[in-house]
Amino acid sequence: MAFLEIKDASKTYTTGKTRTEVLTDINLEINEGEFVAIVGYSGAGKSTLINLITGLVKTDTGSVLLEGKPVTGPGPDRGIIFQNYSLLPWLSVFENIALAVDQIFPDWTAAKRREHIESYIAMVKLTPARDKRPHELSGGMRQRVSVARTLAMNPRILLMDEPFGALDALTRGTLQQETLQIWEADKKTVVLITNDPDEAILMADRVIPLTAGPRATLGPSIPITLPRPRNRAELNENYDFKQIRAEVIDYLLKATDRRKSSITKALVLPDIEPEDVNKRRFLGPKSRPVRRSEIKQETVETT
Amino acid sequence: MNTKKLDWLILPILGLAIVLGSWHALAGKKVVTKDAQGEIVSEVRQGAIPALPNIVETWDSCKLYIMEPFAKRGEMDQGILRFTMYSLGLVAVGYVIALVVGVPIGFFLGLSPTFAKMFDPLIQILRPVSPLAWLPLGLVMFLEAGKEAGTLAALFTIAICSMWPTVLNTAVGVRAVPQDYLNVGRVLKLSRTKTLFKILIPATLPYMFTGFRLSLGIAWLVIVAAEMLTGRPGVGGFLWQEYNALIYEHIILSIIIIGLVGFVLDRLMSVVERRFKSAL
Ligand SMILES: Nc1ncnc2c1ncn2[C@@H]1O[C@H](COP(=O)(O)OP(=O)(O)OP(=O)(O)O)[C@@H](O)[C@H]1O
Ligand SMILES: [Mg+2]
Repeated sequence: MAFLEIKDASKTYTTGKTRTEVLTDINLEINEGEFVAIVGYSGAGKSTLINLITGLVKTDTGSVLLEGKPVTGPGPDRGIIFQNYSLLPWLSVFENIALAVDQIFPDWTAAKRREHIESYIAMVKLTPARDKRPHELSGGMRQRVSVARTLAMNPRILLMDEPFGALDALTRGTLQQETLQIWEADKKTVVLITNDPDEAILMADRVIPLTAGPRATLGPSIPITLPRPRNRAELNENYDFKQIRAEVIDYLLKATDRRKSSITKALVLPDIEPEDVNKRRFLGPKSRPVRRSEIKQETVETT
Repeated sequence: MNTKKLDWLILPILGLAIVLGSWHALAGKKVVTKDAQGEIVSEVRQGAIPALPNIVETWDSCKLYIMEPFAKRGEMDQGILRFTMYSLGLVAVGYVIALVVGVPIGFFLGLSPTFAKMFDPLIQILRPVSPLAWLPLGLVMFLEAGKEAGTLAALFTIAICSMWPTVLNTAVGVRAVPQDYLNVGRVLKLSRTKTLFKILIPATLPYMFTGFRLSLGIAWLVIVAAEMLTGRPGVGGFLWQEYNALIYEHIILSIIIIGLVGFVLDRLMSVVERRFKSAL
């Protein structure tokens, strides 16, 4: 029996009169300790798929089983790194993680919880930013907070929804390496969602393509036998890597051609601040929400 | 280029000068005619609006109230800031009632579509009702209270008139809480109370504060009407009394003070509001 199993799942969203058949015939088996990447187009239904596992979205047909038990709703045994990180903007880095840790380990002493939180902050190299709020952090730093929060929950399985999608290429590369290092330490079961075949191949044991929506479905698994630890620069020269990449991209393109439909969507990290109801205020100060585009640069140690 | 820099100072002063100038030009002036012996023959007011006091007259008549702002010479003859304090005290109580009642209503409206459908039309109808309409109802409702009826009716009017921006902004804020934040709570399996206090309320606070600021503006607007009709000591009561006593200069003084206090309150609230927004 597989650790995580999705059987004949499908999902259709109905908003008013429009029905969007997002996913059909989803079958997936993941073993314990496996790192699986699902690659697909923007808007194909990747977030929907991962949310079938988190339980935030319910399947219309079929079932999702974790260790043989059906998933009926969200729970902290399935830790998710949300596509937009979903940090609470009014809490500091420490407090964001503490919210999760305090909830999940209520029996621990305060000191033990604190130590636990600090250790995860240190793990993602954010100790100096411990008391900063998310809006004071760069995109990459927020991503790390999100990683730390999820790992600190000590979930049975780690789900990552385009964790590096909103980052620039350089930061992405660094964070991919860091995430791999963290993963190598305890080899948790991971499902990584991405729209970047290179990222999938670099990180995963197995890559599964998701065809373009609507009615997206999973293609055949492609095992990645490249030796670990993997290094992006070296991989670029690697013959096997090029082969696998060609295979993945080929499959996705062909599957799309058959359907003649593709959706292109710009990926935007949502604004952290909620918008004001009264956009213009007479005599008031001209305060406005903090925008993503205003985020300062970040510094990343490359070791 | 230098002039540009001082625009923020010069232009408002210029604007003020234009308005004061027009006032003075339109206002009336006392014209005294005397005969050869120096006996006053006639005393008439002339000008575009004869009864309107001009700047000089206003200042002369109001000096005392401004220079001794906290003096108490009688029930309805007190320094202007003393009156203002009475008014502010009453507003504060009414405003707090409005918030205490308004925030929970806003949360219910925001959280429950059924509740919203049930009460939204009613709120839209009650919202535009003038304080002048509520006050008599308040007086009737608190008739039993005897001497306190006026105060209670005033509080009722302030609360019910100033509540709506808080109610509506809170409701909008609750509806606008990003699903992402709620998903965090769901994944962590936060209890309902914890979700309310750890996620919903903090996420709604910026909207709530916008509502609080607008509510305070209305509460202050209502006080004058409430005091005028109940005859309570305060800026509004003073204004009405001086109108009846034909001391028109004091009406102008009251208007200026009411405006200034309203402005300062709005500024203070927007500082607090900005604090909360930048905290996010
Ligand atoms: N709650 C919802 N209600 C209705 N339609 C939805 C909902 N969530 C997603 N959809 C639709 O389902 C489709 C798939 O959305 P989903 O977010 O799963 O895509 P995705 O692959 O994660 O996209 P991206 O790469 O942009 O993150 C889209 O067409 C989207 O509009
Ligand atoms: Mg997505």
